[in-house]
Amino acid sequence: MTFRTFSSICILVTFLGFSVVGCQLRIPKDALALSPESLKDRQLQTRTFQSNDEKMLLTASAALLQDLGYTIEESEIPCGVIVCSRERDVTDLKQVLGYFIIGAITGVYVPPDHKQKVVASVVTRPLDEKRIAVRITFQHMVWNTNDQLVKNEQLNDPKIYREFFSKLSKSVFLVAHEI
Amino acid sequence: MRTHGAVISGLILALTLNACAAKQKEILRTKESQVKLRSMQSRVFDMSDRNRLLRTIIATMQDLGFVIEKADEILGVVSGTKRSGYTLRMTVSIRPRGRTQMIVRSNAQYNLQTVEDPEPYQQFFAALSKALFLEAQQVE
Repeated sequence: MTFRTFSSICILVTFLGFSVVGCQLRIPKDALALSPESLKDRQLQTRTFQSNDEKMLLTASAALLQDLGYTIEESEIPCGVIVCSRERDVTDLKQVLGYFIIGAITGVYVPPDHKQKVVASVVTRPLDEKRIAVRITFQHMVWNTNDQLVKNEQLNDPKIYREFFSKLSKSVFLVAHEI
Repeated sequence: MRTHGAVISGLILALTLNACAAKQKEILRTKESQVKLRSMQSRVFDMSDRNRLLRTIIATMQDLGFVIEKADEILGVVSGTKRSGYTLRMTVSIRPRGRTQMIVRSNAQYNLQTVEDPEPYQQFFAALSKALFLEAQQVE
């Protein structure tokens, strides 16, 4: 590679770097627009319960969140809202070893994941006199061992939502039977 | 030598104080005028049911990918955060206008910047109007 080619590549990379940073400075165009996926997400995150007792559903949700180790941070019953979060250590030995080996070969050490914070909001909404919709949304943040935020996103794995609602059905039963 | 030390100390002190003053100026600084901000961030809706409006705002924010972090019916405020590689925080407040209308106002912060473009707010109000219309249709 000639010096000229090398310097051209350097300039291109620098430009690209600046463009990416430039993009991040401004809000994405569709950040507050309804996306085609929003209906799919709504279906994934919502279940309807045959009940008219909104307070009971919120109590059952709060009890389940406690079962799952979440801390209730905020609640507003007249609006049907519960806000909760959970922090945990996500150090993965396989990842630590993998990154270490890659670092030893390439000389570039990537810090492995260390801490995760999950935030979620449960919202109930009466649909009619006999049905109430419950919607939960999970988001998570992951920090590496250098305390840098490496993940900051919504969780869209259907398994998580299926499991939550399956457990919520049990919790509703337990609360309804005062167990 | 002593004079040099005093000058350097003075300079450091001046720089620190200056930096402090600059940060304090940031606390109340906005790019746009108060009137312009209010106009782009507010819309009037023909409805008086406070609870229904708040619940529709919450549902709309969830549709847009927000996790609700705070809701207060008495104050008429909902706050939430959207995380999608970036962090977008938004507060929506409602207040009555006369007996039959409500003013909805939203303000957002993208990462470390206040959102002062009209377009994202237009998109939010379009989504909210759609949700209110669909709900109205559902009720009828």
